[in-house]
Amino acid sequence: MAIRTEPFVLNMGPQHPSTHGVFRMRVTLDGEVVVDVEPVVGYLHRGIEKLGETRTYTQIIPLTDRLDYVASMTNNFAYVLAVEKLAGIEIPERAEYIRIIMAETMRISSHLMAIGFFLNDLGAMMTPVLYMWREREKLLDLYEMVCGQRLTYNYMRIGGVSQDVPEEFMPALKKWVAEMPRFIDEYDQLLSQNEVLLARTKGVCILPRDTAINIAASGPVLRASGVKWDLRKADPYSIYDRFDFDIPVGTVGDNYDRYWVRMQEARQSVRILEQAIAQLPEGEVRANVPHLLRPPVGEAYGHIEAPKGELGFYLVSDRSIAPYRFHIRPPTLINLTALKDMVVGWKVADLIITFGSIDVCLGEIDR
Amino acid sequence: MKFERYGIGIAKGMALTFKHLFRSPITVQYPEQKLEVSRRIRGNELVWFVERCTGCATCAKACPQGNIEIVTHVGDKNNYVVDKFEIDTGRCMFCGLCVEACPYDALAMGRSYERAQYRRRDVILNKEQLQVSDVRQPSGYARPRIEATLPKQNLLVYWDKKEGGQKLSWLGLSKKRGRGV
Amino acid sequence: MTLLEQFQLWLGGVWPDWAAYIVPGIVGILIVLAFVVISVIIFIWYERRLLGRFQVRLGPNRLGPEGIFQPIATAVKILLKEDIVPAKGDKIVHWLAPVIVFVPVLLIFAVVPFREGAILTDLNVGIVYVVAISSISTVGIYMAGWASNNKYALIAALRTVAQMVSYELPVVLAILGVVLMTGSLSMTQIVAAQDVPFAVLQPLGFVIFFLGTVAEMNRSPFDLLEADSEIVAGYHIEYSGMKFAMFFLGEYGHALAYSCIITTLFLSGWQGPLLPPIIWFLIKVIAVFSVIVWMRATLPRLRVDQLMSFAWKGLLPMAIINLFIIAAEVLWLPEIAPWIIVAINFVFAIVLVLLWSRLFTLGGGRVEV
Repeated sequence: MAIRTEPFVLNMGPQHPSTHGVFRMRVTLDGEVVVDVEPVVGYLHRGIEKLGETRTYTQIIPLTDRLDYVASMTNNFAYVLAVEKLAGIEIPERAEYIRIIMAETMRISSHLMAIGFFLNDLGAMMTPVLYMWREREKLLDLYEMVCGQRLTYNYMRIGGVSQDVPEEFMPALKKWVAEMPRFIDEYDQLLSQNEVLLARTKGVCILPRDTAINIAASGPVLRASGVKWDLRKADPYSIYDRFDFDIPVGTVGDNYDRYWVRMQEARQSVRILEQAIAQLPEGEVRANVPHLLRPPVGEAYGHIEAPKGELGFYLVSDRSIAPYRFHIRPPTLINLTALKDMVVGWKVADLIITFGSIDVCLGEIDR
Repeated sequence: MKFERYGIGIAKGMALTFKHLFRSPITVQYPEQKLEVSRRIRGNELVWFVERCTGCATCAKACPQGNIEIVTHVGDKNNYVVDKFEIDTGRCMFCGLCVEACPYDALAMGRSYERAQYRRRDVILNKEQLQVSDVRQPSGYARPRIEATLPKQNLLVYWDKKEGGQKLSWLGLSKKRGRGV
Repeated sequence: MTLLEQFQLWLGGVWPDWAAYIVPGIVGILIVLAFVVISVIIFIWYERRLLGRFQVRLGPNRLGPEGIFQPIATAVKILLKEDIVPAKGDKIVHWLAPVIVFVPVLLIFAVVPFREGAILTDLNVGIVYVVAISSISTVGIYMAGWASNNKYALIAALRTVAQMVSYELPVVLAILGVVLMTGSLSMTQIVAAQDVPFAVLQPLGFVIFFLGTVAEMNRSPFDLLEADSEIVAGYHIEYSGMKFAMFFLGEYGHALAYSCIITTLFLSGWQGPLLPPIIWFLIKVIAVFSVIVWMRATLPRLRVDQLMSFAWKGLLPMAIINLFIIAAEVLWLPEIAPWIIVAINFVFAIVLVLLWSRLFTLGGGRVEV
């Protein structure tokens, strides 16, 4: 005689140790097997898009810091690219190289944090987090040297960066870049061949290639599913076409591939950094831009390959000092729409780690 | 990609963790040991040089939040006399746009990050409290002349005590024991 | 003739019989309780410092010299917290559960030999007593999960029952291997029969027993009952105050108890060359506990169905084959030199581990490797 069972709804609420931020999911479970996932977002909404309409173009830059607070300078970068496209401003060479250096170190920092907390969700008690935090601390010291803050940098300006790097920055950066491949090898030794990690993540929660393209996923989530699409090669912005690097692509699209793609991207970023440091020219770092910029009437969409995906800023100008419309395309909100397809049929434990492998940041999702 | 079997992957990971027992911990025993902050730190305070300020209010216009309140009257030497210069450091996000905007170098960021107060109205600083003094030192953010006079920062990327490294000790025994507060 | 029995005989000459019966018992119980409580406090401090050093940081070092008052501060903090009982939960079961989890841990220490003759009671069914008592905690954890009126706790409670029940079997079969070689169930006999430690004589049994008891203790990598990241502290999610302290102490008490059992059964107890036996015993217990903390620092946790398949498809058949091999050796090669048995057992262990690793297909057949 079969026992009658029925599914129940579990609320993984806004306060949970593993939802990276205030994110709520209503999960319907049948025993341990997930039947349905319903995400509820909006707990961190601060109205950044509306606030942008009443601030000048330079005053919006500190606001964009607070979107993806793990990798803040990439948000600044995307925004100033959009404004420069709108207003048609050229920026000096040295500023381009410094922006690339900052963007690539931000990529490594964000990926280290993503991998570390992915393993924390898996249960490895903060050990990988603290090892990766050591490298990230060194990076934060470097950023403090350049722009004075460790979290919300406000470093990029329309027409370049705000100040030149001090003289002790380059030796310290060179030492960090020289040590980094050895540390990434150490993380590989700790993690990539670990049987428990392989058992938990290989073949689990697969995102098929067609689904990934259909939902407009981007970033490591898309590349892990086998699609070789990276904005730095497909639509090169800034001076990425001068550097020589590969794009790691996963095979299947399971959790292990998403983790592996991030590790390999960190290695490729170190390659780009070595080339950029070698090619850095002298010169100014800031173009002559009016204090209150009035771009011509029109619209522009500036997008970059942020560590979490394709981050885009859409600006509409009506010849005043503030934009008429300011919209942000958050990569993780659009990647998150795949969560239900990936997770249905797997267990609660897999739900948590899949959510960690998408690497969300609630600041971007809720804006 | 070749994967290890038979528990060898776990053994390699455990060997790495074991190796970390012999590395110095990177903990800094705050508040007994404080690291030297960067020369351009945008600390949690603002420093005002009253003799240089002309009351033009460019900083107030540059602030994204509207934290700065300036009230002036016309003086007798065809200048502005500043009556009231208040900054609400509770709402301030220390972005530094006001410091970059000032044409007379009259405003600078501070170096201290321990400026918590017990009451909310104590963080609104008026004219007298904002001025530069022994305890309110300016930092070098957007002020290259001040930056040249400040000491360099302690960096973790230099592990041991070379120039500008953080001093790390393996045993981690604290010499001074404070209250931890 | 244990120390307490000698004490009882001497006392029987001085005091009346009933006093001579009760007083050594009470003295023995107090000594064991003092050892357990002090060791648990020291283990809490030791684990937090050691975990910190594995993770490139210091552990707690603010309270007292190098942080040794930290567990006392933790205990005081827990005691001062408000005791919250869920409104719709089952109140009697909610109150009873911590007791049922904590008391069996203390009972296990009645048969742990600290040195020659220093054991509370020398039961001649010592090891069966340990196995029986340690399974009572499972019921306590299930009661805690049920009485909390919380879905997270219920998931944890059901996982617990599955995990604890399935890991009892390999543990018992590994113990049977030891018992066959010793010829007796009593703990003092097992220690006395180990001229060569059983960890060397029966490597496969040692590994199975070690992994099985780590699973019984609910520690990483098998700690999915209190998985902080998934089900937010599992079965003790609705407990605060002294009841939570009981669970907390119970977990460390379990770690201590099983470390002592592993030392007694497989690492030849208190025997050692130069130092006094009690020091050797403590060194071995701390070494076993350090390895357990080391595993916790490195490994992520298993999912519940992988845990169950590891027990039923991995450990249990290996334990049965191990038992057959040991039985064959005891029956047909009783008087042979130990190193030959060591060599045979090592060869069998390696062959079996290699064979069973073939079982572990990466990706469950959904991906190609």
